[in-house]
Amino acid sequence: MQVYLDNNATTMCDPLVVEAMQPFFSEMYGNPNSLHKFGTASHPALSRAVDQVYTALNASDKDDIVFTSCATESNNWVLKSVWIDKIVNGDKNHIVTTEVEHPSVLAACRFLEENGVKVTYLPVNDQGVVEAHTVKSFITEKTALVSVMWASNETGMINPIDEIGLICKEKGVLFHSDAVQAVGKIPVDLQATHIDFISFSAHKFHGPKGVGALYIKDSQELTPLLHGGEHMGGRRSGTLNVPFIVGMGKAIELATANIQETMAKIRTKRDRLENALVELSDTFVVGDRENRTPNTILISIKGVEGEGMLWDLNNGQIGASTGSACASADLEANTVMLAIGADNELAHTGIRLSLSRFTTDAEIDYTISHFKGAVARLRAISSSFALQKPTKGGSVQECELHH
Amino acid sequence: MAKADILGESLWDAYSNKVTTLMNNPQHQGELFEAEVEERGNKLIVADFGAESCGDAVRLYWEIDPKNDTIVNSKFKSFGCGTAIASSDVMTELCIGKTVQEAVKITNIDVELALRDTPDVPAVPPQKMHCSVMAYDVIKKAAGLYMNVDAESFESEIIVCECARVSLGTLQEVIKLNDLKTVEQITDYTKAGGFCKSCIKPGGHEAREWYLVDILADTRKEMDEEKMKVAADAGATGNFETMTLVQQIKAVDAIVDENVRQFLVMDGGDMEVIDIKKGDDYIDIYIRYLGACNGCSSSSTGTLYAIESTLKEKLSSKIRVLPI
Repeated sequence: MQVYLDNNATTMCDPLVVEAMQPFFSEMYGNPNSLHKFGTASHPALSRAVDQVYTALNASDKDDIVFTSCATESNNWVLKSVWIDKIVNGDKNHIVTTEVEHPSVLAACRFLEENGVKVTYLPVNDQGVVEAHTVKSFITEKTALVSVMWASNETGMINPIDEIGLICKEKGVLFHSDAVQAVGKIPVDLQATHIDFISFSAHKFHGPKGVGALYIKDSQELTPLLHGGEHMGGRRSGTLNVPFIVGMGKAIELATANIQETMAKIRTKRDRLENALVELSDTFVVGDRENRTPNTILISIKGVEGEGMLWDLNNGQIGASTGSACASADLEANTVMLAIGADNELAHTGIRLSLSRFTTDAEIDYTISHFKGAVARLRAISSSFALQKPTKGGSVQECELHH
Repeated sequence: MAKADILGESLWDAYSNKVTTLMNNPQHQGELFEAEVEERGNKLIVADFGAESCGDAVRLYWEIDPKNDTIVNSKFKSFGCGTAIASSDVMTELCIGKTVQEAVKITNIDVELALRDTPDVPAVPPQKMHCSVMAYDVIKKAAGLYMNVDAESFESEIIVCECARVSLGTLQEVIKLNDLKTVEQITDYTKAGGFCKSCIKPGGHEAREWYLVDILADTRKEMDEEKMKVAADAGATGNFETMTLVQQIKAVDAIVDENVRQFLVMDGGDMEVIDIKKGDDYIDIYIRYLGACNGCSSSSTGTLYAIESTLKEKLSSKIRVLPI
């Protein structure tokens, strides 16, 4: 058996989505901007995809949802264009975000800092959640934008987006949320929440890779990132990626139809897995289950280094993820893990398991059994559980080497 | 970046088969206990290096025959990734049968070589060299405990990059000899900083005492000072006429730097020395004006006179300054 439990990284493209995309590669391949019948052939499918996305998020017809190549593009677009519109060509100079954002937000913010923008990176609490009152206290008259992720890719923890939205509305500050880990996993209602921009991506909810979107409330001003033709009303140029847009529409429809029911099913499996894993001694899971995306577990296992654990899981045909510094190219600890704290342990021992609606009970059973076996093997090797004490003078009091 | 880097390499694909095999089934994993070791008339040494909160930790066990200082058995425990476990395993293997004095000569390079499948293909990707360094460090610590000396005493020079074992002296020499200006150049010449990258600048995986950025800056500063000193010495001795061409140019530059350049720069200009030609009666210094000086009306009158008279006064009365 093989088990894919890395659905926060990407998901399997639903075969129904692939089927919906199929005709738009070699049958209806015309450029939708062309006047001839080859071009117009895809129009009905494209407008259905637009309807599917608006319906899934309960967006108003006055809003824009512009298809992009990915959420990284959407995040870059918002940050860089707000900079151009409100800072370079306006009187603002400040952006508020959090320490736990996706690299596409953090790296773009650092780029803006290099260009003279003041950026505040808000801390999170021990649940990995940014508190609304913290956001409020850092907004100034110079603040152009608040950017807070809807849910965390690492922990699954959900931020108080409704509250932050109201604060931003009251303060007259633009509000963006990277909703990549929320759309398709939990209900997102864009008329119930005050929010100016959200970014999301199809491959996180069983759509294809290479297509995302940016929601823009009330079709408000935002300088394009990609200039070119008149595609997407001139907001985002580039020939429409017809099969992928069609696939994204189908995928979001499948993910959000009966979302409460789907969430409950995934959560039952997740909770069963989590209950079984925390039976192991010296483990902890980050964040309250009630405020977490229903598919995610970030568990720390004392004495077991994350990359080593991933290795043993992989040997058992299980795909998971770790924020461990050892697994990164630069050996630098994951900033999200450090921001959550937990005495740095998470930075080295955190294992993330993320389920999908395709995860089966048999897979959960298999994972529980293999996971426990891997922990037993690695703890048997681990110096953290050694019995013989070091020779006098041979012990290490604390981390004396690393920062 | 180039074609080979576009997709990047998968971390685990870069591990040797030996690393994989030992991670899956380490041969010397386990513990030695004081009571059993003493029963055999031997001495147990247990040394820790690193800590779980650091991200990697290793505990090394040596059973030593006190009659001949020979390590008759060795075990390890490790909190770490696959390469850390495999490195620890090979380290214990290398220790067994050696005397403590021999074991302390084992370096991380030996550990990494022992993990290779073929002699010329690295066993681990560059950032994982760090794991074999821990093996080396814990051996030094164990030997220090047994011999009752400080572990640092086994190192005769300051090692800046432990992964590639490059010393401070080597780095300073290479920077000077090759006139290196960037950390990337240092890595190309010496391999220092090419592995775990901790020694490049503060804030990396591991806190270090010496960093390449500082060594580079300090060495460059030293080189600049030496240069200035040479020029100043040449100028001070007053033997401008007998100097070599290079010394003459340096001397002229030093005088210009000290007395003239700031006034030119203030007006948005500058000058450079192009050549010096020695004749019987005159020494002709050819200069070129830069920036705003170029074409400025006083560049052939007042400014030129000021430059020439300064150089005459400081270096030689035979000097003529000729702008080109």
